[in-house]
Amino acid sequence: MEARASDVPAAMRTKVIEPPRGWGFPDLAEIASHRDLIFYLARRDVVVRYKQAAVGGFWVVLQPLLLAGVFSLFLGTWAGFDANPDTGVPQPLFVLAGLVVWLFFSTALERVSKSTVASEGLISKIYFPRAVIPLAAAIAPLVDFAITFVVVVLVAIAYGYPPGPEILATPLVVALAETTAFGAGLWLSALNVRYRDVTLIVPFVLLVGMFVTPIFYTLNLVPESLQPLYALNPMVGVVEGFRWCLLGTDFPGGLLLIPVVVSVVLTVTGALYYQRAERGFADVI
Amino acid sequence: MGEPAVRIEGVSKRYQLGALAGGSLSQRLESAVRHPLRRMRGTAESKPETSEFWALRDVDLGIEEGKITGLIGPNGAGKSTLLKLLCRITAPTEGRIELRGRVGSLLEVGTGFHPELTGRENIFLNGAILGMRREEIIRRFSEIVEFSGIGQFLDTPVKRYSSGMYVRLAFAIAAHLESEILLIDEVLAVGDQEFQRKCLGKMEEVSTSGGRTVIFVAHNMSSIRRLCDSAVLLDHGRVLAHGDTDRVVADYLERVEPVQHGGIANIAADAQRSGIGGARLLRVELSDSSGGASERVRYGEPLSLSLGFEIERRLPGAAVQVGVSTAEGINILTSHSSDRGSLELDLEEGMIELRCELRATLLPGEFAIDVDLLDARGFSVDRVERTLNFKVLNVAFDGSGDHYPWPHVRGSVRPESDWSVVQGAGSRVQAAERG
Repeated sequence: MEARASDVPAAMRTKVIEPPRGWGFPDLAEIASHRDLIFYLARRDVVVRYKQAAVGGFWVVLQPLLLAGVFSLFLGTWAGFDANPDTGVPQPLFVLAGLVVWLFFSTALERVSKSTVASEGLISKIYFPRAVIPLAAAIAPLVDFAITFVVVVLVAIAYGYPPGPEILATPLVVALAETTAFGAGLWLSALNVRYRDVTLIVPFVLLVGMFVTPIFYTLNLVPESLQPLYALNPMVGVVEGFRWCLLGTDFPGGLLLIPVVVSVVLTVTGALYYQRAERGFADVI
Repeated sequence: MGEPAVRIEGVSKRYQLGALAGGSLSQRLESAVRHPLRRMRGTAESKPETSEFWALRDVDLGIEEGKITGLIGPNGAGKSTLLKLLCRITAPTEGRIELRGRVGSLLEVGTGFHPELTGRENIFLNGAILGMRREEIIRRFSEIVEFSGIGQFLDTPVKRYSSGMYVRLAFAIAAHLESEILLIDEVLAVGDQEFQRKCLGKMEEVSTSGGRTVIFVAHNMSSIRRLCDSAVLLDHGRVLAHGDTDRVVADYLERVEPVQHGGIANIAADAQRSGIGGARLLRVELSDSSGGASERVRYGEPLSLSLGFEIERRLPGAAVQVGVSTAEGINILTSHSSDRGSLELDLEEGMIELRCELRATLLPGEFAIDVDLLDARGFSVDRVERTLNFKVLNVAFDGSGDHYPWPHVRGSVRPESDWSVVQGAGSRVQAAERG
């Protein structure tokens, strides 16, 4: 479908439809040929979000700032968590940096996992490779992230912590968060078509996830014996890595390997599962 | 005949009915716990509590290239399922389909329109959803805008559009998709008359000048007759007839005659209906001049109709249209309840009955009544064709008992007419003769 439909003789493009069998990987070339659709779907998500909300883009910025304020007040000032001795970073800035990347991850995961069911109308009426839907859903949160990222950099500068050269590694860490969210989201998105329970479970799991990730507290707070188990959470490495990029805290080292492995495994298996589940979508949704 | 554009070989489609098809996780777990052995043996597929439904069974069809093929059949015949398979929304359970060329579909126009986005934004979004590349949309953009006639509202969010504008824009986008095979379903039930004509014209143009193959599902037999080169009759998932349009349509009409006793037709809930829904026609009764229900009237006799509707949603400013069609399915006249401002209909929920007297001199022959309930915007709420069949007898109504005077009945309606001889017209007639 690269060329105009009329440029190629019809006989060249005979398409055969047969009952699907077994497992397979999504047809990447076909998905790539639908890149315009991915772009317009993502654009729709972004445009609609900013058009509908009265405060528009403000909310995206307000959310992490308010959360960081509240958490530093309750857990920091009142409950006595302080990241400063361990990391040399003031607690509010420490929390804000963690929140920004966590909120990006959780928004992406939630959007991707809801995306297929939300596109029910499209799926039951029109054919296109279904994987386009979660892909588009994963893109829109990047726009929110870009905005909040600028804000968090400004806040860091205001606190007297201008970012160092490590900031150049930010895209890599963000890519890790994105791929992890996308891979997990693919599984959940496909499962959600069959079991709507997923919509109810995801926000809960994300809430728990926020507390088992070092956002409000430093890693040292976790008992030594539990550290290996704790580190299995791929977002531990991502959040630590993001702080390293932004605030120059300790480089998380091996902790970063976990999200690398987890995101690749989730994305590959998620793609396989999505591809297998996709053929039934129109009949079940 | 060349290679068919679409070749369908032994295609079947099975749907699973019952709780497990789309059940929740807890139901799935419950079943796994209750029937652990079945799961372990891997025979979970053949659950006895799940019933199967074959929407299509062993369908073999070849659709000729560059022709318009009509798909007809009663509700549940498998027409929509077949279109869904052709445009790959769902996969067949068995069989094989070969498509020669890109497939475009108009299964339901405006899919993926977002109310908050402007007309311009939706053209790009919807175009991409339908499978157009960005450059293709840009290339056809002005044509799409012109065809839709939305002009000055291009940058207005579509939520502010009237439903007519919405449908016109949606159809315009879909109609400009460059595909060799176009699938169309039910589009013609929406939009105003003028736009419907435009759509039909576009379809003909697409097929004749563009050499594209069109597969068309509609419930309106007269548009099928007019547009389609051939027709396929489906029933219960099987192909009953395929070939010459007139023959297949006649075959179909014979099968779908409504249940009728004398001059009363009760319209079943699953009758062949179209429209957006919200009300249902339940009953049509025809009375002759004596007041009794009858399916036979004399020629020249007024037709007294009583229509029973169940209104499910309030319909302010509604209107009813009653049409008379010939046995061949051609609509010959239509009466509208608001003709000459005669009736304002604000229909409340519940049962209502309308009466209408049609005074037209129908010539001897067989006819049917079509009924269409319209909302204030002119959209069909519930439309049923051929609700009641009746016969106009070869006996005049004027009491003379005369028969229709001419040996052959030509046409269907006798108009009221005045005839006279023009005096001194010789020179004009001669002038015309000389040319």
